Amino acid sequence: MNQQKDAIVSVEDLRVHFEVRQGFFSAFSKKEPPVVRAVDGVTLSVGRGEILSLVGESGSGKTTVGKAILQLVPPTTGTVSFDGAPVPQDRQGLHAFRQCAQMIFQDPYQSLNPRHYISDIVAEPLDVAGIDLSADVRDARVREALEQAGLTPADDYLYRYPYELSGGQRQRVVIAGALILKPKFIVADEPVSMLDASIRTGILKLMLRLRDEQDIAYLFITHDLSLAWLISDRIAIMYLGKIMEIGAAEEIIKRGLHPYTQALMAVMPVPGQVREGGRTVLEGETPNAAIRIEGCKFSGRCPRAFDRCRKEEPELVEVAPGHSVACFLV
Amino acid sequence: MNLLEVRNLKTYFSTTKGMLKAVDDVSFRLESGQALGLVGESGCGKTTSALSIARLLPKEGRIEGGEIFLDGHDVLLDSESELRKRRWRDVSIIFQGAMNALNPVLTVGEQIAEAIVLHERLSKEEALKKSQELLDLVEIPRERYKRYPHEFSGGMKQRAMIAMALACDPKLIIGDEPTTALDVMIQAQILNLLERLRRERSMGMILITHDLSILGETCDHIAVMYAGKIVETGTVTDIFEHARHPYTDRLIRCFPNIHGKKAIPEGIEGYPPNLLDPPAGCRFHPRCEYAFDRCRVEEPVTRHVGGEHTVACHLVEETR
Repeated sequence: MNQQKDAIVSVEDLRVHFEVRQGFFSAFSKKEPPVVRAVDGVTLSVGRGEILSLVGESGSGKTTVGKAILQLVPPTTGTVSFDGAPVPQDRQGLHAFRQCAQMIFQDPYQSLNPRHYISDIVAEPLDVAGIDLSADVRDARVREALEQAGLTPADDYLYRYPYELSGGQRQRVVIAGALILKPKFIVADEPVSMLDASIRTGILKLMLRLRDEQDIAYLFITHDLSLAWLISDRIAIMYLGKIMEIGAAEEIIKRGLHPYTQALMAVMPVPGQVREGGRTVLEGETPNAAIRIEGCKFSGRCPRAFDRCRKEEPELVEVAPGHSVACFLV
Repeated sequence: MNLLEVRNLKTYFSTTKGMLKAVDDVSFRLESGQALGLVGESGCGKTTSALSIARLLPKEGRIEGGEIFLDGHDVLLDSESELRKRRWRDVSIIFQGAMNALNPVLTVGEQIAEAIVLHERLSKEEALKKSQELLDLVEIPRERYKRYPHEFSGGMKQRAMIAMALACDPKLIIGDEPTTALDVMIQAQILNLLERLRRERSMGMILITHDLSILGETCDHIAVMYAGKIVETGTVTDIFEHARHPYTDRLIRCFPNIHGKKAIPEGIEGYPPNLLDPPAGCRFHPRCEYAFDRCRVEEPVTRHVGGEHTVACHLVEETR
C-alpha cells in the first residue's frame, strides 16, 4: 500500500519536549533545566479509513502523540500534515482543521458536564466551531449523531443528564459529540478502558461501523495489545517517546520481533485458560523521560540487551514490507 | 477449616427511591491459603460483599440477614470497638484507586506506621522500622519510606497500599480491583507479587474484579456474581472449561484471545438491571438467549453439579 499518497494524517519526526519548571534559585545555576522528552522522534501516517493503534505503557508518550497531532500540545519540532498539507497554524486554519479531526477521551465519567442535557453536550461542538444552524436543522443534526452512536431512539436521550446514563451509554454520548462535525479522523484515547468487558465490544463494533460507513480514520491509543489487535489495521508499539515496532496488526501479534513487543505479548492474560507457573514479567517500570538514556531507550529493561544497545540508538528498519523494527537483534 | 464462611448474606441500601438490594442471599466460603475470585459487571454487588465482610459499609447500607464467620468468629456480632481491633489483623482491604487512597501530606512510611501503631504495641520508631521491612516485602527500596505519595508512580503506590494492608499480618486480604487502573506490565507485576505474598504467608485472598481474564493465573476458585446474586461458583477449571451458567459463558466470551482467531467478542446485549426493581424470576433472563417461561417467574435455586461446582440456572438439572 502506498501510504504516503492516500494518508489522511502523517507525522514526520515529531518531538514534544516539556521543560520542567524550576524553582527561583535554579535560574542562577548554570545547569540546563531538565527536559521531559515525551515524544522523541515519531514518524507515522494513518491512511483514509485506516485504524492505527498506538500501544505502550503509561508514560510512553502515546497520548502526547495524539494531542500533538490535534495541535492540543505544541510540537517542539516536526511536522503534522492533514490531507496532504501541513496543519495550518493560524486561528482560522486551526478552526477548520479541528472540524475534521476530533478526539474521544478515556473517562466518560469525567468528560461530560454533569449539569448539561445530553442534547447540549452533543451540540456543543457546533457552537465552538461557529456553525450557525436553524433550530430545526441543529436538532436534526443532534438526533442524527446520537443515532449514529447507537443511542436510539434519540428522543429517549435528548433531555437527560449524564448521571442518568451508564458508562457505556456515556461513552456513546462522547462519540456522538465527536461525530456531529462529521470528522475524517478521530484520536481515540483509551476509549474503552473504563468500561466493563461486556460493554466494550459494543463500543468497538460502533467504531468499526463508523469507519466502514463514513470512512473515518482512527488513531487508537491503548495499553491493551489485545484490543489493538482486534480493532486495528496496523499497530505501532511505543516506548519512552519512540516507536519500537510498527506493522500490520496480525504481523505484530503473531510475529512481533522487538523484545519489548514480545514482553508485552507474554503478559497478556489468556481468558478461559488456567495457566500454570509464573509468567515472564519485565522488571521495573518505564524510566523517567527527563533522564537522557544513551543508546536504545529500552536497553535498561531489555532481557537481551548487549553492549552496543547501551551506546548506540537503533533506527527503525524495515524488515518486511510495512513491518519496521528498531532493534539491533533484528 | 474454613477461614471465611458467608451464609445467605443480604446487604441492602436504603435510598430515597426505596430499598436497593445490592447483595441478596449470597453464600460462599474460603479456606486458609486459598484465593477466591469474585467477578461480575459493575454494580453487581462485589464490592458491597467485601465491605460487608470488613463491616465497612457506608451509613446507608445495612446487613439485613445472613451470617459471616471469619476464622470461626461471627463478624456480625462485633461491636464497633471490637471491629476496630479486628480490622487489619483479621481482614484488610486493598482498595481500587491506590492513587487516591494515600494521604498526600504524609510520607508513605508514616502512613504505614500509623496503621501499625493503632493495632500493635509498638513505638513510632519501631513502627517506622517495620514499615521499611514491609516496603522490602513489596519490592520498593526501603529508603523510600521518607518519600511522599506524589513521588511514587501508580504501580509503586499500589505496592505501598499492599504493604499497608500487610502491616498487621491479616488472615484474609481482599483486593478490590487492585490492578484496574494500571497498565498491563504493572498489572502483571502486582498480580505476581500478590500471588507470592499469599503463598509465603498462607493468607486467604479474595480478588474482586470485572476482568475475568486475570483470574486464571491467580485464583483457585471463582464466584460469578450478577445483580446481587451468585450465579455460579467452582474451581477455576470448572468455571473456565465447564461453565454451565449462560451468564458465565457469555462473560468469558467477552474477552479476546490474542493467541486465537481474530474476532470481535460478542459482548452481552443490554445492561444489568436496576436493583431497586430487579426482574422477577431469574435476574439474568432479560439478557439471556436461552430464557424460557419458567425463567421469567421462578427464581432458580443453587444446585451442586459435581465437586465444588454450583450453578443457579433452570437449564441445569441436578446431577446428584
